[in-house]
Amino acid sequence: MNAPLPPTTAAGRIALDQVSIRVGQGTDAFTAVDRVDLDIAPGEFVCLLGPSGCGKSTLLGALAGHLTPSAGTLHIDDGAVTGPSSERGLVFQHHTLFPWRRVIDNVAFGLKMRGIKRAERHVTARELLALVGLAGFEQRYPSQLSGGMQQRVEIARVLIGQPRVLLMDEPFGALDALTRLKMQQLLLDVWTRFRTTVVFVTHDIDEALFLADRILVMSPRPGRIVEDLRLPFARPRGADLSTSADFVALKRHCLALLHHDAPVPPLPRLTPLGAPDIRTLQFAI
Amino acid sequence: MSLRLPNPAAWVLPGISLLASVLLWHVLATSKLHLGLVTFANAPSPREVWDAGLDLLQSPKLLFHLGHSLWRVFAGFAAAAVAGIALGLAIGRFGWARGTLLPPLEVLRPIPAVAWIPLSVLLFPSSEVSMIFITFVGALFPILLATIHGVEGIDARLVASARSLGARRWRVFTEVILPGAAPAIVTGLAIGMGTCWFCLVTAEMISGQFGIGYYTWESYTLQNYANIVVGMLLIGVLGMGSSALIRTFGRLAMPWRGASR
Repeated sequence: MNAPLPPTTAAGRIALDQVSIRVGQGTDAFTAVDRVDLDIAPGEFVCLLGPSGCGKSTLLGALAGHLTPSAGTLHIDDGAVTGPSSERGLVFQHHTLFPWRRVIDNVAFGLKMRGIKRAERHVTARELLALVGLAGFEQRYPSQLSGGMQQRVEIARVLIGQPRVLLMDEPFGALDALTRLKMQQLLLDVWTRFRTTVVFVTHDIDEALFLADRILVMSPRPGRIVEDLRLPFARPRGADLSTSADFVALKRHCLALLHHDAPVPPLPRLTPLGAPDIRTLQFAI
Repeated sequence: MSLRLPNPAAWVLPGISLLASVLLWHVLATSKLHLGLVTFANAPSPREVWDAGLDLLQSPKLLFHLGHSLWRVFAGFAAAAVAGIALGLAIGRFGWARGTLLPPLEVLRPIPAVAWIPLSVLLFPSSEVSMIFITFVGALFPILLATIHGVEGIDARLVASARSLGARRWRVFTEVILPGAAPAIVTGLAIGMGTCWFCLVTAEMISGQFGIGYYTWESYTLQNYANIVVGMLLIGVLGMGSSALIRTFGRLAMPWRGASR
């Protein structure tokens, strides 16, 4: 089995029909996502925008297959989502690289799981590391990298499986402002090469406007989609976009949407793995 | 923790402290000091212990006793490591294993391994096996508890990521659970090695033939008082050596832990 860098894939359509998701256990359980209908085209870059705790990460967790909807159906192309799969790559806010594996073996992990030989998977991993600008760092351990570099490795590791869908949960939220801008640019560069469908969760309006073809704005708990915005900005996009009149107007619109109601008490952050206390979650392996 | 000291100057103070201790011992032993509550009338002096130690070094008895003790510790510790890690991984990971295996182990856990000696003499016709069993019991619980703790401490996101990258049941275990729990397991092994020696020496004193604990106790009954201290010091050296071995093993098995920026 060979694993070259992929050409564009036509697959990656996401279809949600009346999806509701409950998280938490027993009396603490609540509806985090409420009857969401959604259709995302293959290769589309979609940002889920909403305040903290609105259920956007929960929705992402269901797309990844780590959470099961309590109602409704969730399809990627023709298949229902029944569990995690390398077809749907997930990137968390804080990296989840294996501390005990060198960078190159972290990136090659997905190929190892497919039974591809070491030499062969290292060739592919090297290509991907070069693509995210980390050539020369193959033999480091994750703890020896900066936060931005760790997320680059994380992205390379997910892309090596040639996922149809790339799911990202505030992946640059923990980075400093300058690194974040670089990473956004890098992500767009990589995306022009891979053209997978991207679902990108953020609460940063500028980030969503800069990255997305389409922004879905979510309301606080229970999470519903209250606005579906298609962005008219041409690609490739540069830093000057954020000062254009169209950009500023759309930003104002998004701000108004996020502050639409009476003040809502701040909600705890949810994760793609469910309720905030993820330690209590037992995974069936 | 580390025994490697950075420069010669750092040796000066510990050296003086050790010398002073030996000197104090010498004064107490040679003056046959009698303080009522404690008496040094029969305590051997450093000089006598040194001579007795040299004698033992040249006698074939040393290797004989050492060999027996080392074999027992190795056998008991190896069995405890295999059982403790396997049970700990299962209990830490699977609800059914926790439900079925943990309750009896929790009942047995507070019983000191030494309290097992009479029963184990009854259970095992060979006193050799009964002593190995005692060392096994002594090492089992520290290793077991550390392993459970290590498995429970693994970040759920790492498991989720591994599954998203295509890892199935068994691969999650070998790729995430085992290395993730490794630091805790090595800590458990180090603690287990300590209790191993403790239990072995006690077992040898009570029911043993041969072995370094037996030698120490035999020296008392034969009134070779200097040899008691030789035995004690040997036990200390062996304990220190075996924990150094565990630490080295841990460093080699977990190269990522020493990696710095």
